[in-house]
Amino acid sequence: MSLDDMNAKTTESQAAAENAPVRPEAAATAEDGAAVEGSDYTVDAEFHRALIAETLEAYPEKAAKRRAKHLAVNDLTKADCGVRSNVKSVPGVMTQRGCAYAGSKGVVWGPIKDQVGISHGPVGCGHYSWAQRRNYATGHTGIDNFVAMQITSDFQERDIVFGGDKKLAIMIDELETLFPLNHGVSIQSECPVGLIGDDIEGVARAKAKDTGKPVVPVRCEGFRGVSQSLGHHIANDTIRDWILPRDDPDPGFEPTPYDIAVLGDYNIGGDGWSSRILLEEMGLRVIAQWTGDGTMAELKRAQKANLILIHCYRSMNYIARYMEDNFGLPWMEYNFFGPTKIAASLREIADKFDDTIRENCEKMIARYQPGADAVVEKYGPRLKGKKVVLFVGGLRPRHVVGAYEDLGMEVTGTGYEFAHKDDYERTAKEVKDGTLIFDDASGYELDQFIEKMRPDLVGSGIKEKYPTQKMGVPFRQMHSWDYSGPYHGYDGFAVFARDMDAAINNPAWELLSAPWQAA
Amino acid sequence: MPQNLDPVKDHISLFQEPEYQNLLNKKRELFENRHDPEKVQEVLEWTKTWDYREKNFSREVACINPAKACQPIGATFAAAGFEGTMAFVHGSQGCAAYFRSHLTRHFKEPSTLVSSSMTEDAAVFGGLNNMIDGLANCYKLYEPKMIAVSTSCIAEVIGDDLNSFILNAKEKGSVPQDFDVPYAHTPSFTGSHINGYDAMMQGILHHFWEDRERTENDSINIIPGFDGYCVGNNRELKRILDMMCVNYTILSDTADVYDTPTDGSFRMYDGGTTLAGAKAALEAKATISMQQGCTKKTLAYCKEKGQAVEAFNYPLGVKGTDQFLMKISELSGKPIPEQLRLERGRLLDAMIDSMHWLHGKRMAVYGDPDFCLGMVGFLLELGVEPVHVLSTNGNKAWAKQMKALLAGSRFGARAQVWEGKDLWHMRSLLFTEPADFLIGNSHGKFLERDCGIPLIRLTFPIFDRHHHHRFPTWGYQGGLQVLVRILDKVFDKVDEETGVLGVTDMSYDVTR
Repeated sequence: MSLDDMNAKTTESQAAAENAPVRPEAAATAEDGAAVEGSDYTVDAEFHRALIAETLEAYPEKAAKRRAKHLAVNDLTKADCGVRSNVKSVPGVMTQRGCAYAGSKGVVWGPIKDQVGISHGPVGCGHYSWAQRRNYATGHTGIDNFVAMQITSDFQERDIVFGGDKKLAIMIDELETLFPLNHGVSIQSECPVGLIGDDIEGVARAKAKDTGKPVVPVRCEGFRGVSQSLGHHIANDTIRDWILPRDDPDPGFEPTPYDIAVLGDYNIGGDGWSSRILLEEMGLRVIAQWTGDGTMAELKRAQKANLILIHCYRSMNYIARYMEDNFGLPWMEYNFFGPTKIAASLREIADKFDDTIRENCEKMIARYQPGADAVVEKYGPRLKGKKVVLFVGGLRPRHVVGAYEDLGMEVTGTGYEFAHKDDYERTAKEVKDGTLIFDDASGYELDQFIEKMRPDLVGSGIKEKYPTQKMGVPFRQMHSWDYSGPYHGYDGFAVFARDMDAAINNPAWELLSAPWQAA
Repeated sequence: MPQNLDPVKDHISLFQEPEYQNLLNKKRELFENRHDPEKVQEVLEWTKTWDYREKNFSREVACINPAKACQPIGATFAAAGFEGTMAFVHGSQGCAAYFRSHLTRHFKEPSTLVSSSMTEDAAVFGGLNNMIDGLANCYKLYEPKMIAVSTSCIAEVIGDDLNSFILNAKEKGSVPQDFDVPYAHTPSFTGSHINGYDAMMQGILHHFWEDRERTENDSINIIPGFDGYCVGNNRELKRILDMMCVNYTILSDTADVYDTPTDGSFRMYDGGTTLAGAKAALEAKATISMQQGCTKKTLAYCKEKGQAVEAFNYPLGVKGTDQFLMKISELSGKPIPEQLRLERGRLLDAMIDSMHWLHGKRMAVYGDPDFCLGMVGFLLELGVEPVHVLSTNGNKAWAKQMKALLAGSRFGARAQVWEGKDLWHMRSLLFTEPADFLIGNSHGKFLERDCGIPLIRLTFPIFDRHHHHRFPTWGYQGGLQVLVRILDKVFDKVDEETGVLGVTDMSYDVTR
């Protein structure tokens, strides 16, 4: 089949798949007045309202009442999408959420490559999260890079009964012997630690004195909070309390007016690098990268920057606010998904500096824009008008919308595992009026939404991937980039577009029904 | 500009472009405060020495890259093999998310289980309300035929009593009084996933069998155990047993639920042991376990109920399959059909055809205790010399069993057995006393890279290769599959070694 034939075929199936009536009278809103091709679409609010009502019917009354507050259609007259968020999940409904340990060990601390992260407690938590998040880091595994390792105190029954502090202290000594080039240790607490009353802070203080390196106790037991989110916050607080005040030497570091720190980029599939390359080309100096491919030195040094950039607001706004309040360090959010948002963000960043940087910025955008246009030209025709439903963590359900729209795709539903009110406030501005919004969606809700909406693409996580594909709906993992990436920056946008095209337009989707089946 | 349109470069090639190499170098030199490359190299070389090995083996607490998971994932795996069954983890919701992700990454399939989402208040007041609401919601929303409850840490540490909680929930109408809710306490701080499997299996059988009269029939129960190859293996088991016309019940058959078709609909439940079958299994004359370590409590219970019991150790290869078939034949009174004798001959034929390439090769093996026993048994038949056999969740009794197996063959003479050790120990072993090949799972890829020893993936979890689990490793047909996996890696290595033009190319043979 030629490329043209494939395009023709796609258009046919696309027309057939459009089962959601579109409300023509709803006004399209273009970002910043710059009409992006493809962002001019409307979403069927009535259909989504009916879908929510129908979905809630399946729940017992009490659960339906609780879940109803988390499902809404975006209403541009409301600031926060009209959903409740960051509250406890309903038991037994199959929440997709994880725990505080996942938020600390998995998200914030895990990527810092020269620290040894101890999964303190039983063996499982560290096992399931072992080298699974794709926070890329270069170095020698087990020598000066400990990211892809599962290091645990492997609690046994006697540790539950007698406590694990003694064991922890011995373990830190052992790790110091076996991994002498480590630049610190973090203690990632699992559920039992907080329940048996261990004093990990005491152990941490004593051991830090012994080794002269940071030993950071993190109280991220899985039962704390309602999701990964509190784990991010707790991890932020430990950086504040156990890293920032340290007076470790920083040999050879000379501050410049162009020093910035990047927060909340976890270098998934190399995102941090395809972002950094732009910031450096603009003439800025990234003196700290948190925490993807990050080091303990960078954790400590960020406070010396002149500006903090935050990509994942959800997981790192806490420490940014702290540095603002205490060191007068300004911070701003930015978005490096898709050329429209990238250019807007680059300009906004450049505006914080001088004319040189602003000129560099414009030159750089001019240099990269033709490449981005070529990506849209190549993939756009096969993706234009395709409908997307997203369900991710705390940032991407809003942050990737622009990238899809750059390709002419339409986001009709989006939801978060662990967002807060301020995330929904940001989301309301990014998506169309009438978009289906779902907070902490259950497995049942996701299955219903996908089955009834039949979008052309679902972007979500590993747990959601296979049910969706079984339904015959194309899917991309949007936590891990489905083992691809990077997706950030101009270089990443090409990969993003390629992957979305590959997911939607793979010829295997045409084979769903056996030819002898009645139509 | 590093990016390209045709083809688009992703992480695999993009970061090798000079712009990115420059960026990485600059970051390293200016901002990371790393150790000098010479120092890094020096420590790296030191980690390969006997001195490091001794330090590594003298640690008493730190557990580094252990090849074991925790109990509740085993429980949820066992539960998934019963008809229409939803596994319910009473504890923090993160545990459930981890189990689902883990199983899904291996099988490339949905993994559905729910949690009671216990949080801080439940840790203080107990998780009864979470259980009451959780069971009600799960029952209404997912319409299971059975809900199998296990626990994770929080519930175990605070001492929640599943039996009374479930009774209480039934009183409150969460599920009908006669609805099946078996349970198992599965603390993550004892044992590993294989014990959780055992606990849940015993819990389910107890639920269906306790306080019932038993009238023995000629049926045989087979318990596969925690097996990443369950899809291929259980189907192969059924093919063999059907061929032998044996009356049997597989207790926890996960073959279909972890291999559902893509045809436009999502099946949350598929296949599995019917609940009627699980109940009727009490009458079976015997229960056979394919993995001793996964069924210690369960087999004791079956024996207590009056059944004959027999435990295998993940039988692989000729003798393993021989013994399994003879036991089935003995228990059922059914002869082993000619077809299976022919299959045996075909496996042996393949082994003899390829013996030259395997005889005397040194291989290291790690994994669950039963996998190691089965795998080493087959290696000894192939003339392979095991050098290190390591099982993190293997105990002294296992080590004794393994040593006896090795002692039965001159090919086992050089092997060392390592119970309770982890893959960081294995790293030291492979540097100081190397092997030609390593047999294990995807976590072994770091050893493959660091030690330069090719990895043959033959046990759970396999994340970075696709679909192996859809093919059997059990039975003579399965043996063939294992043999080919090993041979392919051996030949790939020979080709690689003989592929250097002008140096080793004389041996780059087209026929081997």
